[in-house]
Amino acid sequence: MEYIIIIIFIVFVNNIVFAQFLGICPLLGVSTRISTATGMAGAVLFVMTLSTIVTWVVQRYILDPFNIGFLQTIAFILVIAALVQMVEIILKKASPSLYQALGIYLPLITTNCTVLAVAIQTITRDLSLLPAVVFAISNALGFGLALLLFAGIREHLALVRVPEGMKGVPIALVIAGILSMAFMGFANLVSW
Amino acid sequence: MNQWKNFTKGFIKESPTLVLLLGMCPTLGVSTSAMNGLGMGLATTFVLVMSNLCISAIKSLTPDKVRIPIFIVVIAAFVTIVDLFMAGYAPGLHKQLGIFIPLIVVNCIVLGRAEAFASRNNIVSSIIDGAGMGLGFTLSLTTLGCIRELLGNGSIFGFKFIPGDAILIFILQPGAFLTLGFLIALVNRLKKTT
Repeated sequence: MEYIIIIIFIVFVNNIVFAQFLGICPLLGVSTRISTATGMAGAVLFVMTLSTIVTWVVQRYILDPFNIGFLQTIAFILVIAALVQMVEIILKKASPSLYQALGIYLPLITTNCTVLAVAIQTITRDLSLLPAVVFAISNALGFGLALLLFAGIREHLALVRVPEGMKGVPIALVIAGILSMAFMGFANLVSW
Repeated sequence: MNQWKNFTKGFIKESPTLVLLLGMCPTLGVSTSAMNGLGMGLATTFVLVMSNLCISAIKSLTPDKVRIPIFIVVIAAFVTIVDLFMAGYAPGLHKQLGIFIPLIVVNCIVLGRAEAFASRNNIVSSIIDGAGMGLGFTLSLTTLGCIRELLGNGSIFGFKFIPGDAILIFILQPGAFLTLGFLIALVNRLKKTT
C-alpha cells in the first residue's frame, strides 16, 4: 500500500517536471515527436533506476562510514557519468536492438538533472533500498508521462498558426504552464 | 574594447537563459522571488568564474579524450564549496534554493562555457567570459523573479508595492512557465527589430 501511495504521489501530485522543475532541457529538446519522447523516457527509466541503486550503495557503504558526506555531489556525478558510459558499452554488446532504440539518448542523460536530483533526494529523504527503487521508478514514470503528454501536444502544434514571436520555445513554455496548471489539480490527492 | 564586448555579450545578445536557452531548470525553479533569483544567480556566477579560471589554467595538461569528466570534477568541487558556504552563512537562502544548489553541477551553462570557451582561451578572457555569462544569468533570473514576485505577491525584494491580494498563480509553478515564455517572446521580438 505504501508503495502505491509513493507512485501516485510522485507521478501526479509532485510530478518531477511540472511541480519540481527538473528535466526541463530534455522536455524542450526531445519532445517534438512522440517516438523520440518514448526513447528518451525509456532511457531515463533505465538509467535512473540503476543510478539510484548504485548511488544509494555508495552513500551507505562508502560516504557514510568514512564520514565524507561532503563529497556527495562529486561522488554522485562521477558515478552517474561512469554508469551511463558503462550502460552504453554493455547495451551495445548485449542487446543491439535495445541499443538501437535508446542509444542516442544515453549520452544526453548525464546532463539530465533529474537523475542527479533523484539520487540526492533519495538520500535526503533517508529511504531504505526498496522504497528508493520505487521512488526512482515512479520519478522516471512521472518524467515519461510529462514528456509524452508534451510531445503529443507539440505534434499537433505544427498545424496551428502561432504569432511570429511566440514560435518555438515561447509557445512550448506556455503549453507547459497550462499542463502544470492541470497537474495542480492533483494537489493534496495523497500525501507522503 | 574587445574584452568589454566579451564581458557584456552574456547580458542580452547571448543571454544564456533567454537566447541560448540553457539552464532552464534553475531559472524556472528558483525565480519565485527576486531575492532567490539573485542568490542563485550569484552562486552560479561564482562557480562559472572559478571553473573557467581552473579549466583555462589546466587546458594544456588536459588530455582531450577525458576532458569532460575532468571538467565535471572541477565544477563539482566548486559547487561543493558554494553549497557548504551557503549552508554556513546564508542558511535561509540555502534552504529555499534546496536541491538546485547541488544541481549547478549539471547546469548546462557551466559545462557549456568550459567546453566552448575556457578550454580554448587564456585565463583572463576566460574569467571575463565567466563573469559576463554569470551576470547575464543573474540578470535574467532576477528579472524573472521581480516579475513573478510583483504579480504574485505585489512586492519586489520583499518591499510591498501593491497592497492586498495579488495573482497567486505567478508564484506557483504555472506562473514560472508562462512568465518565462512571454519574456523569451519579448526578447525574440526585440532582436527582430534591432
